[in-house]
Amino acid sequence: MKLHEYQSKELLERYGVAVPRGTVATDGPSAHQAAEQFGGKVVVKAQVLMGGRGKAGGVKLFDSADEAGKFAGELIGKRLVSIQNPTGLVVEKVLVGELIDIAEEYYLSVLLDRAEQRLVVMVSQEGGMDIEEVAATHPAAIVRLYVDPAWGLADFEVRDAVAKANIPAKAQRQMVSMIKALVKTYIESDADLVEINPVAWTSDEKLIAADAKVSIDDNALFRHPEYQATKDDAAEDPIEAEASRRDIAYVRLGGDIGIIGNGAGLVMCSMDEVKAAGGNPANFLDVGGGAQAERVQQCVELVLMDENVRGLLINIFGGITRGDEVAKGILEAFGKIDVKIPVVARIEGTASDEAIRMLEGTQIVGAVTMQEAAAKIVALAQSSTG
Amino acid sequence: MAVLVDRNTRLVVAGMTGREGSFHTQQMIDYGTQVVAGVTPGKGGTTHLGVPVFNTMREAVEATQADASVIFVPAPFAADSVLEAEAAGIRFVTLITEGVPILDSMKVVNRLRTNGRTRLLGGNCAGIITPGQCKIGIMPGHIFAPGPVGMVSRSGTLTYEIVWELTRAGLGQTTCVGIGGDPVPGTRFIDVLRMFEEDPETKAVVMIGEIGGTDEETAAEYIKTMSKPVVGFISGRTAPPGKRMGHAGAIVSGNLGTAQSKVDAMLAAGATIADRTSEVPGLVSAALSLTAGAR
Repeated sequence: MKLHEYQSKELLERYGVAVPRGTVATDGPSAHQAAEQFGGKVVVKAQVLMGGRGKAGGVKLFDSADEAGKFAGELIGKRLVSIQNPTGLVVEKVLVGELIDIAEEYYLSVLLDRAEQRLVVMVSQEGGMDIEEVAATHPAAIVRLYVDPAWGLADFEVRDAVAKANIPAKAQRQMVSMIKALVKTYIESDADLVEINPVAWTSDEKLIAADAKVSIDDNALFRHPEYQATKDDAAEDPIEAEASRRDIAYVRLGGDIGIIGNGAGLVMCSMDEVKAAGGNPANFLDVGGGAQAERVQQCVELVLMDENVRGLLINIFGGITRGDEVAKGILEAFGKIDVKIPVVARIEGTASDEAIRMLEGTQIVGAVTMQEAAAKIVALAQSSTG
Repeated sequence: MAVLVDRNTRLVVAGMTGREGSFHTQQMIDYGTQVVAGVTPGKGGTTHLGVPVFNTMREAVEATQADASVIFVPAPFAADSVLEAEAAGIRFVTLITEGVPILDSMKVVNRLRTNGRTRLLGGNCAGIITPGQCKIGIMPGHIFAPGPVGMVSRSGTLTYEIVWELTRAGLGQTTCVGIGGDPVPGTRFIDVLRMFEEDPETKAVVMIGEIGGTDEETAAEYIKTMSKPVVGFISGRTAPPGKRMGHAGAIVSGNLGTAQSKVDAMLAAGATIADRTSEVPGLVSAALSLTAGAR
């Protein structure tokens, strides 16, 4: 679960990280008021959970509170679209932050290194740009410090990493403190990413988190009731938010062939097959174990909320759940909802012959293999829309 | 022979009396697995599904000499259950539970590795099966058959899909190992590949990967040194970066963990890659006849 920049900064501040003064506003007048409080020299930043906010026009610097307030008023309610998020997100809040006088910019993050199965701190003198680009162009500029799972970090290791990263001597002490605070934040909040980019070194020699990105491990939310209320808002798409409320694993992909399957691997595989057949998957949806009518119905409804969907592929491997029971669930679900687009169902595994027989003569087209099912749904979707 | 589990494996089930635990324990018993004990705190001294229940793992192991355990307890308590099994002297722990916090997995996996007494399989995995001998986990037993193919996979249903095709093509399996879809798995591809390389009955290996992490790439380095043929399949070729595809570990982070990178690494290591699941049996047959011809 991604946190907004303002939430991330609030969290980091509690752990002793310096952040610029700032106020969250939900309309123009309150943004104006906030800007006045900081003498009019402010940055207004859209609080939307997507990359490329700046390029999308969601971040702007101002000299006067009037202009800042006007811009915020226009920005709130507007849909921001970026390369990373082509459907875009509507801005509901902005962060009005005091401008800081930045002399230098560094980079700092804590994340899981899956290969090493440990946390890693990444620190670099090269801040303010895309860290992947830094990693690709001059990897030596990024220093990695692994956190011992039992012991944590020793102070000398942190000092050494900061020195290796060529952080200027006068900034090193503050950088050491910031790294320790980040690791503590990460562990105590069950984060799966804490990133500050850029870390600003100001002309009055303070190290400040000019931006902040924190994401919390979804699996650990049960330990953090403080995020329960905002969980659904954190979705990057309204259908994904609804899926989160229904507790269904759904990801919107932007194509026009809806997909429902059981098991993450099989669903991903179904997406690949749809693509190979010349179609574009609209979504990832894992129906989970079993496939009771009510669950199937919920999933079908969810997929159809996406108005671009022109065909639906259902791919189920009946293991312990029998295929005929799955077919029964599908038929019951389709008895309750009016589905106007073509549907292809492929049910394999236990009792699949019975399942296919049960679907004969219904609106649902049967298929034996996954490849056949993908080809059929792509063809049907194309012919039904001309 | 087989890897990790066989007909002599003595299994204790943590969380046996719960809904999932009860259902799958009965399935495992029906398959022929020696389920010797269950553990549920507060229910010690009772019998469930004809199996004695103990309050603690230590008591269960002392009374039954169980050497493997499977865990069905809810995610908040799963890490503790793994540590309890390790402390009780269990050599092989299968963690079925999905949704274990990443930091919990990280701590447990590192501690088990440091201590070196216990192997963890999972979490968020379907389990392990040596067809005809022992099933530990939640997979449908009847789709598997004994034979020469070793199989290792991050995905449950995708394993079933491919196993079903293999079995119908007359290609049985030595052992099928589900390593699970979590970002910090206890057992990784390379660990299982090493076991299959050393197992005399395994003649070919099927490895099913997916997007996220770099374990397939690491495994590819080992595949280069293997004497046995490896057939691979990678799912998630069309998954966009930055989006978690159901499994907590199935996410492309920036340019790390793409399907293409895994396919390229495995091809470069000399593995054969199936573009579609339906191609796997044919590729395995071809690999097996080549190996047989080489002798």
